Amino acid sequence: MNNIISDEIVVQVTDMKVYFDIDKRKFARTGRKVVRAVDGVSFDLRKGEILSLVGESGSGKTTTGKAILQLVPVTSGEVKFNGAPVSKEKAMLKAFRQKAQMIYQDPYQSLNPRLNILDIIAEPLDVNHLAGTEKERMGKVCSALETAGLTPPEDFLYRYPYELSGGQRQRVVVAGAMIMDPDFIVADEPVSMLDASIRTSILRLMLEMRDKTGVSYLFITHDLSLAWLISDRIAIMYLGKIMEIGPAEEIIKNGIHPYTRALTKIMPVPGVNKDKERIVLEGETPDASIEMTGCRFCGRCPVAMAECSEKEPEFKMAGPEHLVACHRFSEA
Amino acid sequence: MKLLEVNHLQTYFDTSHGVLKAVDDVSFDLEYGESLGLVGESGCGKSTTALSICKLLPKEGRINGGEILIEGQDMASLSDDEIRKHRWADVSIIFQGAMNALNPVMNVGDQIGEAMILHEGITKDEADKRAADLLELVEIPRERIANYPHEFSGGMKQRVMIAMALACNPKIVIGDEPTTALDVMVQAQILNLLEKLRRELNMGLILITHDLSILGETCDKIAVMYAGRIMEMGTADDIFNHAMHPYTQKLIECFPNIEKAKIIPEGIKGAPPNMLEVPEGCAFHPRCDKACDVCMHSRPEPREISAAHVVACHLADAEVDHE
Amino acid sequence: MSRKSKETWETIRHNTMAMTGLITLGIFIIIAIFGPLIVPFDTQDYGTAADILLPPGNGHLLGTDDMGRDVFANLIAGARISMMIGALATLISMGIGTLIGISSGFKGGKTDLVLMRITDFFLVIPWLPLMMVLAAILGTSIWNIIFVIGITGWAGTARVVRAQTLSVKERPFVERTISLGAGNWHIMIRHILPNVFPLVFANTVLTAAVAIVSETTLSFLGLGDVNTASWGMMLHYAFECGATSLGAYWYYLPPGICVILVVLAFTLIGYAFDEIMNPKLKKR
Repeated sequence: MNNIISDEIVVQVTDMKVYFDIDKRKFARTGRKVVRAVDGVSFDLRKGEILSLVGESGSGKTTTGKAILQLVPVTSGEVKFNGAPVSKEKAMLKAFRQKAQMIYQDPYQSLNPRLNILDIIAEPLDVNHLAGTEKERMGKVCSALETAGLTPPEDFLYRYPYELSGGQRQRVVVAGAMIMDPDFIVADEPVSMLDASIRTSILRLMLEMRDKTGVSYLFITHDLSLAWLISDRIAIMYLGKIMEIGPAEEIIKNGIHPYTRALTKIMPVPGVNKDKERIVLEGETPDASIEMTGCRFCGRCPVAMAECSEKEPEFKMAGPEHLVACHRFSEA
Repeated sequence: MKLLEVNHLQTYFDTSHGVLKAVDDVSFDLEYGESLGLVGESGCGKSTTALSICKLLPKEGRINGGEILIEGQDMASLSDDEIRKHRWADVSIIFQGAMNALNPVMNVGDQIGEAMILHEGITKDEADKRAADLLELVEIPRERIANYPHEFSGGMKQRVMIAMALACNPKIVIGDEPTTALDVMVQAQILNLLEKLRRELNMGLILITHDLSILGETCDKIAVMYAGRIMEMGTADDIFNHAMHPYTQKLIECFPNIEKAKIIPEGIKGAPPNMLEVPEGCAFHPRCDKACDVCMHSRPEPREISAAHVVACHLADAEVDHE
Repeated sequence: MSRKSKETWETIRHNTMAMTGLITLGIFIIIAIFGPLIVPFDTQDYGTAADILLPPGNGHLLGTDDMGRDVFANLIAGARISMMIGALATLISMGIGTLIGISSGFKGGKTDLVLMRITDFFLVIPWLPLMMVLAAILGTSIWNIIFVIGITGWAGTARVVRAQTLSVKERPFVERTISLGAGNWHIMIRHILPNVFPLVFANTVLTAAVAIVSETTLSFLGLGDVNTASWGMMLHYAFECGATSLGAYWYYLPPGICVILVVLAFTLIGYAFDEIMNPKLKKR
C-alpha cells in the first residue's frame, strides 16, 4: 500500500441512489418508468487515494461521479465531504465546489471554444472571486500551466482550444481542475479519447498531482487494465450496484464475483494469444428501468442459483479491504 | 495468387491548405483466410487505406499511385462504374459506429437484402431467405429479419452490420474500428464472431484499430502505421516479441499489461504530426529518442528481416547489416 | 483569433451570394451616410406648379415628384431613413429575442413554458394587422414605428436562439462551469451567449430584411411618420397623387426597386452565412 494515502476520509458515500423519472405523463395508468441509474452505492475514499469505478455502459459509474458532485440530483442516500454532509444550500455548495472538481472525457468538448486558455483556466478563480489583480490572476494561471506540463506557459495563455492538440487540451483541463487546489477530483474517462502514446503522460500528470498535493481521485473507466494501472482500489459496478470492491491487485488477480472474473478473463494482454480461450458472457447489460429483485447480475451469471433471483446478496469480507456481494461466496 | 496485394499505395487529399499525403507508399498483402491487423494512432492513414481499397474515398481524395490487386486484378485503375460492380461483392467494409448507419424506417431484413438484390438481381423472397440465413450466421434468431433497428441493442446492431457486409459473399471483409464504440464484453463477442466467420468462410479479414492489445488474439499479421507509412509489419509473434522499430516497441509499452509490473510507462513525447507537415526523413524522428542524423534527412525503406517481418528504420538496417 | 478570422474571410470571399449581398448593402450604406452630401438638391426644395411631376432630364436625374421636389434627392434621403429605422428595429428585435431565447432555453421548467407561450403568441399573430393596431394606438411618430416593428419581430429569433441554447447547454464545458460553482448569469453571458452568437447574427440579418419591408409597408399604408421621407412614404405619396395612372414611373419605381435590392442583399447575406456556418462542422 502506498504511504501517500492517509487514514483521513475525504469522501464518504452511503447508500446513494439516483433515479431518473423518464415517463413524465402525469395521467399514465401504468406505473411510471424509472431508470435506476445508481441503486444503493456505498464506499469511502481516503485522502491521497485513487479509487476506480469500473463498469460497462449502464453500470451507473458516471452518474455516481456526477451525483457526488451534485451535478445530477441525488434521490436518496448521503454524501459526506471531509466529514460534513454535502448540502444543497447555496453558500455551502459553493464552498464544496471549490474543493471538489471534475475532469471530463472529451478534450474537444470540455473547453469553451470561444474563450482563450487564460480565461478557461482562470474561470474557477473568477467565479469564486479569488482572482486578485490582473497580474496575480495571470501568475496563478501560469503556475497551473507549468504544473500541468505546458511550458513555457506564456505561449499558451492567449491561444484558443482549437489550436491545441488533444493531449494539450486535456492538460489544460487538468490545470483548470487543479488551480483551486482541490481535495477531490472525479475523473470521467479522462484518457479514453486520447491516443495511446499520449495517455500515459496524462496519467503520470495525474499521479504527480496526487503525490504533490494529496488530492484523491475517483477514476471512472470501462477499461479494467487502465484501472489496474492507476488505482489503489477498484470497485466493479453493474446496473447501478457495486458487485465487488477491493485493492486493485486483488481484484485483478483474485477476483471472486462472476462478473469480475468475466471482465478479467477478456482483458486483452498485449502479446500473442491466438489460442486463448475467450470465455465471453452472453447478451448485454439489460435496461436499467426494468424492476429487479435479487442480484442484478443473475440474468447473465453463468453460475446463478435459485437464491440469486430472489434475494439481493450482501457484502461479505473476502480479504483486507476486499468486499464482494455474491451468494456463491461464503466467508472462510 | 494472393487474395489482396497492395503495392506502393499513395492516397492524397487535395485540401485548401495543400496536398495531404494520407497514405504515402504503403505495401502489404493478404492470403485467403488470413487476418491482418492495421494498427496506428489518429491520422496514421489506416482508415484511408481501407477506404482506398473499397474505393470509397471522399471527393477530395484520390489514389495518386500504386496498385490494389484483388485476385490479380488492379482496382486502383478501374473507373467508378466498373468499381460499383465489385464493391461489396469482393470487398465489404464494416464501419465504426456502424450501428448508427442503419436506416431507422426499413426493417433489418430489407436492408440486408438490398445489397443482394442490387448486385445479383435475385427475387425478394430469395433475398429474405438469405437475409435470415445471414442473421443466423451472426448468431441472431432468424425471425428477427422483420424487426427494425431500434428494436436491437448496440451489439446486435453491429452484428446486423456484419451480416450486411457478408451479404454478397465478399472475399475480403474490412472492419474499421468495428468494436470501438461497444462495451468490452460485446467487443469480445464481436471479435469472437469475426474469428469464427473468417475460419468458416475462408475470407480475408483486415482489422483496423488503435488498440494494439486486441490484435494479439485475433490476427495472423500486424502492420504498424504512422503518418501514412508502415513502420513495421510481421506476424503477431514478430511484432510483440521481436519488435525492431522504436515506435512499435514504445507503442506496445503504452498498453497496460497485467502480466508485467505495475508501472506507468513513459509514453512517447510529442504528438502525432499534422499530416500537412509531415517531418522530413523518417516521419517518426522528432519523437524517437534513438534518432540520429540519417533519420532526419532520409526516409527509411522497408527492409525484410525474415519471411514476413518487414521494418522501415535506419537503426534496424544498421543492426541487421552488422550481424 | 486572427487566423480563424482570416479563414472565415477567405470563405466569405469565395462565396458569390455573400459577396453580392455585402457589396450591394455596402453601396446602400455609403449612400445612406454620404448621400445627402453629394446630391445638389435639397429634398424640400419645392418647385413651382410648372415643376410638378417632370420626367427624368433637365438636371433632375429621376425627375420631380408631385410637389416639384427632386426625386433622386428624396431617394437618397429615404435610404438613410429606411435603413436607420430597419437597423434600430432589428436591434430591438434581436435584443429581446436573444434575451428571451437564452433565458428560456437555459432555465427550462416554468420559465421556459411561460416564455415560449408568449413567443408562440407573437409568432402566430399576423404581424401586419398587429402592427397596424399598435401604430394606430400609439401614434405614428418615427420612434413608435421603430418600437412597433421591434416588438413584433423578435419571436422567430427567440425560437431559434432557444433551440441553440438547449444544444449548447448540454456540452461538457457548460457542466464544467456549473461544477466550478458559477451562477446562472455568469454561464449565460460567458458561455451560452458567445456560442449562440453566430446563429443570432445570421438570424439578425434576415430579421433586418423583414424590418425594412415592415416599415415600407406601414408607411405605404399611411401609418408611417409623415415628417420623415422614407421609401415607404415616397411610395405612399406616389400612390396618393395618382402617379401610377399618370404614368410617372420615375416616382414610384425607384423607391420600390431600392427596397427590393436592400432586402435581397440582406437575404443573400443571411443565406450565405448559413452555408458558411455549417461547413465549419464538416471541416476536413
